[in-house]
Amino acid sequence: MAYKLDAKTPAGPLAEKWSNHKAAIKVVSPANKRKLDIIVVGTGLGGASAAASLGELGYNVKIFCISDSPRRAHSIAAQGGINAAKNYQNDNDSIYRLFYDTIKGGDYRAREANVYRLAEVSNLIIDQCVAQGVPFAREYGGLLANRSFGGAQVSRTFYARGQTGQQLLLGAYSVLNKEIAAGSVKSYPRHEMLDIVIENGEACGIIARNLVTGEIERHGAHAVVIATGGYGNVFFLSTNAMASNGSAAFQCYRKGAGFANPCFTQIHPTCIPVHGTQQSKLTLMSESLRNDGRIWVPKKMEDVEAIRKGAKLPSDIAEEDRDYYLERRYPAFGNLVPRDVASRAAKERCDAGFGVNETGLAVFLDFKTAIERLGKETIKQRYGNLFDMYEEITDVNPYEQPMQIFPAVHYTMGGIWVDYNLMTTIPGLYAIGEANFSDHGANRLGASALMQGLADGYFVLPYTIGDYLAKKIQAPKIDTTTKAFDEAEAGVRARIERLFAIKGNQSVDDIHKRLGLIMWDNVGMARTKESLEKAIVEIQALRKEFYKDLKLVGDNNSFNVELEKALRLEDFLELGELMARDALNREESCGGHFRSEHQTEDGEALRHDDKFAYAAVWEYKGIDEVPEMTIEPLEYEFVHRAQRNYKD
Amino acid sequence: MNFTLKIWRQRDAKSQGAFETYKVTDISADTSFLEMMDILNNNLIHEGKEPVAFDHDCREGICGMCSMHINGHAHGPSQAVTTCQMYMRKFKDGSTITIEPWRSAAFPVIRDLVVDRGAYDKILQAGGFISVRTNSVPDGNAIPIPKKDADESMDAAACVGCGACAATCKNGSAMLFVAARVSSLAKLPQGKVEGARRAKAMVAKMDELGFGNCTNTGACQAQCPKSISIAHIARLNREFLAAKLQD
Ligand SMILES: Cc1cc2nc3c(=O)[nH]c(=O)nc-3n(C[C@H](O)[C@H](O)[C@H](O)COP(=O)(O)OP(=O)(O)OC[C@H]3O[C@@H](n4cnc5c(N)ncnc54)[C@H](O)[C@@H]3O)c2cc1C
Ligand code: SF4
Ligand code: FES
Repeated sequence: MAYKLDAKTPAGPLAEKWSNHKAAIKVVSPANKRKLDIIVVGTGLGGASAAASLGELGYNVKIFCISDSPRRAHSIAAQGGINAAKNYQNDNDSIYRLFYDTIKGGDYRAREANVYRLAEVSNLIIDQCVAQGVPFAREYGGLLANRSFGGAQVSRTFYARGQTGQQLLLGAYSVLNKEIAAGSVKSYPRHEMLDIVIENGEACGIIARNLVTGEIERHGAHAVVIATGGYGNVFFLSTNAMASNGSAAFQCYRKGAGFANPCFTQIHPTCIPVHGTQQSKLTLMSESLRNDGRIWVPKKMEDVEAIRKGAKLPSDIAEEDRDYYLERRYPAFGNLVPRDVASRAAKERCDAGFGVNETGLAVFLDFKTAIERLGKETIKQRYGNLFDMYEEITDVNPYEQPMQIFPAVHYTMGGIWVDYNLMTTIPGLYAIGEANFSDHGANRLGASALMQGLADGYFVLPYTIGDYLAKKIQAPKIDTTTKAFDEAEAGVRARIERLFAIKGNQSVDDIHKRLGLIMWDNVGMARTKESLEKAIVEIQALRKEFYKDLKLVGDNNSFNVELEKALRLEDFLELGELMARDALNREESCGGHFRSEHQTEDGEALRHDDKFAYAAVWEYKGIDEVPEMTIEPLEYEFVHRAQRNYKD
Repeated sequence: MNFTLKIWRQRDAKSQGAFETYKVTDISADTSFLEMMDILNNNLIHEGKEPVAFDHDCREGICGMCSMHINGHAHGPSQAVTTCQMYMRKFKDGSTITIEPWRSAAFPVIRDLVVDRGAYDKILQAGGFISVRTNSVPDGNAIPIPKKDADESMDAAACVGCGACAATCKNGSAMLFVAARVSSLAKLPQGKVEGARRAKAMVAKMDELGFGNCTNTGACQAQCPKSISIAHIARLNREFLAAKLQD
């Protein structure tokens, strides 16, 4: 049965939609809030800010995370910064401009109303974080400093050295702690959600595994919020933290929640290149480096070869022999083009043979000009910790030789479908942060994920969830002894037993690495009909192999990381196929989704607005069944959809 | 490169632990310490043995999850890095590496190299925050803050909560961790309002949870992966004294 999708976009002028909506939705009285329970899964920026704000409002909140403390969620690793339309730099920034840049950056595949609201609340986020004690960078006059990020011509990114995500998360975690101390939030660290429970079509709780004892637990609530982050680790190698996964989102999908635009993956242009086969994770070099770093490869093949052999150092190459290809191709934005554009341009140069390391898969990010202009000290102040990290990993000093970088999987724009209230297709089930699909279209701009996570958690969900919960004020506590809970728990137990029973020969990592390669080669930076069809067949075969040949050691009744990983891989093996199917369906190029068959003469992404101006929302039909797609048309009332142009 | 690994294995908090010896071979110098552990674990799985449990997540030195005592040092012999940021080129080919969990009464072992650091969360819950409500705050630029103060606040805020300080301290004191948070907030006008109450509440919680007293040995600063300075402990002591005087 196809979905009947209602985005619940409020009527009226763009700038008034959110205010009108807030005035129209229901609120719950303080006395009634005390009777309502909410589960938040995930303690990143989205989950922590939501749980703290909901706790403050008086709801009873339970919050879950995989790590040993809420403070360690993957959000902690964000380096570069967070956007807001403050216009503190007086460079003619505005809510409208941030909205427009985000819509355009996303290649016109996001909902106008959602993105406008995001830009509208962005300023509140900065105020909120400052008040929490987040030590944002400041100018000598004591006011907040900004830097520039890709896809924008204004300077609107707020930052705390190279540790913005850490500081924002510590801010959210601190107010979460305040609520935990006050008793309104109860924290469950080292707990992993393994299923969502649905009763009468509404979300009513979760099944979680205590990762220390292995106990399977039932938790009931009047609403469940999924804030479990993105699924980039389907590629095995990515910049995501090791435990980042797509499982909670996939469990919701299995139980009926629509999954939107799964193929929209962001490949980040500035990561440390892959070396060898022993690597477990890729390291991002923050986009902020593109403020002062210039990206290039040699113009002459003989220089490329000399560098690869070690006969020449990059610094030996004369200015006129360097191809600053982003500045050449995109004069207006230069090194600050959006990520998808920068990544493809790097791939183009490397495909043409100009890659500068032994694998041919690397380009230079050079600070020579900036150091000459600003001095080493200033560069050190701006990026010191990133330079140190680079040297630690590669043994090369980036003050003297350029960094080597290459694109890597970084972020997933796709996710659980949500309406304007951030509710999924299942009533009472919400998705926020990277886990949902809402605001970034086909490509996310730098410094906008942190903004979105905190917008959802502090300023949107705490209001919109009231509209649903107002209907629940008479509802009793959720009974966790019902058939729905019995079945969900039995399902989880059966899944775990099945994996232990396989007793094959390949470890989780062995299989995950193979899945990653299939994904990277066929569902990566450039996709074709053939590559996607191939991926689907190969993933299906690998999935069969997984169920026949997985080797899982240990037991279920104690701390067992291999079991955790196996369960996540099991979901990735289905999610990867879904991504390929979505990419196959979308016969156009847009943002991070590049179908080689659809490009302009100069190799830019070619959209087909007549056919694909929609969000593709997938409905689960069973493990080896073809899912059903419903479309949510994206009507543009306020912005004219143009071919993205970063040239002039 | 080849290494002999002496690793602490312990089934759970109640069991007795012991060292086991393993060999890893053909490790590239560019491999990170934790990737080397991944290789060992994958080998163990193929031998049908249980892999070594260890905490990790970001592998970029920022989440504070990794926590190994290596050759007698918290986070290993390198200065100012977390376990996950160490590369095998820092070790001598053919050498023996000893790997243990954090040893601290306040951090019980969960399994092998994994410990329970919940006590650090509890200390922060006691007062490591500014009591603001969502949406009830002034404009971000309403209070100018001298750059120097903001920078010093950031220096202290770089703490990743890894627990190396308490695990290194012969008294098992969590003072550096507590001081980092108190000091970071005390440097900002927003944080000053509750400064006295915060310092008192956090120190009281630390004592209650069984952490030892600080005798200023400075061992914590030397092992802290984020080079948090013990100068913050002096600031905490000032805050604490001021709080006591107000009583
Ligand atoms: C290296 C790096 C740098 C980045 N830099 C920037 C930047 O500068 N600016 C920017 O805007 N964005 C940046 N991003 C993107 C941004 O950090 C993320 O998109 C964002 O932090 C996601 O936040 P989140 O709250 O949605 O989820 P996360 O922070 O990923 O948190 C997910 C939470 O869910 C929990 N969880 C997951 N599954 C389960 C389960 N089944 N049961 C229980 N708990 C579960 C996890 O334990 C965790 O607590 C960066 C990303 C990376 C990888
Ligand atoms: S002060 Fe240093 S050693 Fe202690 S928890 Fe913080 S980062 Fe770790
Ligand atoms: S794994 Fe995150 S700090 Fe080491």
